[in-house]
Amino acid sequence: MEIFGVPPQALFGQLLIGLINGSFYALLSLGLAVIFGLLNIINFTHGAQYMLGAFCAYLLLNKLGIGYWWSLAIAPVIIGITGVIIERTMLSKLYKLDHLYGLLLTFGLALIIQGLFRNEFGSSGLPYRIPEELQGAQNMGFMFLPNYRAWVIVVSLVVCLGTWYVFERTKLGAYLRAATENPQLVQAFGINVPRMITLTYGFGVALAAFAGVMAAPIYQVNPLMGADLIIVVFAVVVIGGMGSIIGAIVTGFGLGIIEGLTKVFYPEASNTVIFIIMAIVLMFKPAGLFGTQK
Amino acid sequence: MNGSTPTTPHVSAAANPAGDDVLAQKIAFLVMVAIITIAPMVVYPIFMMKVMCFALFACAFNLLIGFGGLLSFGHAMFLGSAGYVSAHAAKVWGLTPELAILCGTLFACVIAFVSGLLAIRRQGIYFAMITLALAQMIFFFCLQAPFTGGEDGIQAVPRGKLFGLIDLSNITAMYIVVAVIFLGGFLLIFRIVHSPFGHVLKAIRENEARATSLGYDTDRYKLAAYILSGTIAGLAGATKAQVFQLASLTDVHWTMSGEVVLMTLLGGLGTIFGPVVGAAVIITMQNYLAQFGAWVTIIQGVIFVICVLAFRRGIIGEIAHALKKSL
Repeated sequence: MEIFGVPPQALFGQLLIGLINGSFYALLSLGLAVIFGLLNIINFTHGAQYMLGAFCAYLLLNKLGIGYWWSLAIAPVIIGITGVIIERTMLSKLYKLDHLYGLLLTFGLALIIQGLFRNEFGSSGLPYRIPEELQGAQNMGFMFLPNYRAWVIVVSLVVCLGTWYVFERTKLGAYLRAATENPQLVQAFGINVPRMITLTYGFGVALAAFAGVMAAPIYQVNPLMGADLIIVVFAVVVIGGMGSIIGAIVTGFGLGIIEGLTKVFYPEASNTVIFIIMAIVLMFKPAGLFGTQK
Repeated sequence: MNGSTPTTPHVSAAANPAGDDVLAQKIAFLVMVAIITIAPMVVYPIFMMKVMCFALFACAFNLLIGFGGLLSFGHAMFLGSAGYVSAHAAKVWGLTPELAILCGTLFACVIAFVSGLLAIRRQGIYFAMITLALAQMIFFFCLQAPFTGGEDGIQAVPRGKLFGLIDLSNITAMYIVVAVIFLGGFLLIFRIVHSPFGHVLKAIRENEARATSLGYDTDRYKLAAYILSGTIAGLAGATKAQVFQLASLTDVHWTMSGEVVLMTLLGGLGTIFGPVVGAAVIITMQNYLAQFGAWVTIIQGVIFVICVLAFRRGIIGEIAHALKKSL
C-alpha cells in the first residue's frame, strides 16, 4: 500500500518527526512572542537558553542524580532565574534605546553562553535517557508511536494552550496585554510594570528551558543545539506574526508538519522550506499570517 | 540610484559637513593610506589583505545600518555567495581575476535585489530576523548545491593573471590589487554617504514618516541602499576568495553575519572610519587567539555586551566625540 507513491510508514514517520519539531517551534516561538509583547526585544539568547535547559537536566541527572521528572520542574526555574538576572542587570538598561540594541545584547550573550559550554563539553552530543515510565512504543496499526514522542506532543500542546489561556482569559493576562498596549497608563493604575516585565522575561526564558529539557532525550544534549534552531524559529515568528499567541502556536505546529512532509516528497528542500514559506508570506502578507501591521 | 526624485537643496545643505570635518577626514584617510603602504613591511601581507577585505565588508554593512538605520543580520550571504561565484569563475570557467571578481560582485547584486525586495517590507527587528532567515536559506543552498563542494568548499582557486598580463601569484601584485579595490570601495561608500542620496537616506533613518511626507519614496531609497551595501559586501567576498584561493561555508554562515555587526559596532556605527578600525581589531584578535578555539566566540560575545551596554559610540565614535569632529 502506498500513499502518493510513498510507503505509509515513511509518510507517518516523517509526519511524526514534523509534529515533534513543530512542538519545539511552537514552544520557542511562544516564548519569543511573550517576551516581545512586553519588552519589545527579540530574545536572541532564546536558543542558548533552550540549550541551557537541556544541560541543566543533564547536569542534575549526572551530578546530583535528579531524574527527568524533577528536572522538568527545576531546570526552568533555575534558567528562568538567570533570565531574571539578565533582565535586571542588562536588558533593563536598554529600554530607552533603539530596540535593536536589545537584539545585539542578547546575541552577544548567546555567543558567550554557547562558547562557554562548547569549551566545557565539546561539540558532540551527550546522551540523555528517556525516563523509564515513557520508554517503549504503541502499535497504532499503521505505525509504531514511541511513548516519549507522544508525551512531547501532548505536553507541548497543553503548555501552549495553558499559556494562551493565561494571557487571553485571566486577569493577570489582561494586565499583561494592557501593559503591552500602554505601560505608562497601567503603571498609573498602581501596577508594578517593571516587575511584571522582569517576570515576563523570566517566564519566557523558563519556557525555552522547559523545551530544552523536553528535547534532551530526543536530540541529545549539545552546546549548539539551539544555535541553528533559533533561526528557524525566527522565520516561524515572521510567518506567524507577533500579533497573537495562538498564531505562534498554530504556525509552530503547522510549519513542523510541512517540514516533515517536505522530507518525504522533496528531501533536498527540507532545510529551506520554512524560509521559502517565509519569503512567500512576506510577499503577500508582510505582517505575517496572524499579525497586524502597526 | 538617485531615482527620479529631485534633490531639494536644503537637505544637502543642512547636513553639509563643516570645513574642519572635511580636513579631519582627509587626514584620517591619508593616515589609512600610509598604514596600508607601510604595513606589509611590518606584518604579513596576507594578514593585511584579510583585514582590508573584512574592512570593506564592514564598511558596506555600515552603509546600511549607520546611514540607513537598517540592521541586516544576513550580510554573510553576500560575502559568501560572491566568494563562491568568484572562485567558481576563476577555477572552472578559467576567467581572469578581474572578471571572476566582477562575476561574484554581480551575483551578490542580484541576491541583494531579490532579498531586498522581501526584507524592506518590514522594519527594525523584523528586518534583522528576515535577513537572517534569508541568509540561512542561502547557507543551506551552498551546503547542498553541487558546485560549492559542500563542507570542503572550493579549494585551490588559481590566482591567474590580472587582465591576462599581471601575475597575481606575486604577493606584491596581489596586495596592490586588494589595496586598490579596498580604497576604491571605501571612497565609493564615502561618496554615497555624502551624496544627495546619502542625505535622504539619513533623513529616512531619523524620521521615515517625515521623509515620506516630503515626497520621497522611502522604500526605493532603502532598497537602493540595501543593494549597494550587498553589492559592495559581495565585492569584498569575491576579492577575499581570490586572495585566499578558497571559498567556504564559513563565509556564508550566520556567525559571519554576526562578526560584521560586531566589527561595525566596535568601530562605531555610522562613522566613516569605524568599520575599518573595528575589522582590524577583530581580525587581529582572531589571529592571536585562534589557538584557543571557543574562547574567540566568548570574547566576541563579551565585546558585544560591553559595546551595547557602555560603549555604544564605538572606538572611532568616541574619538570623534572627544575631538568634536565627524570621522
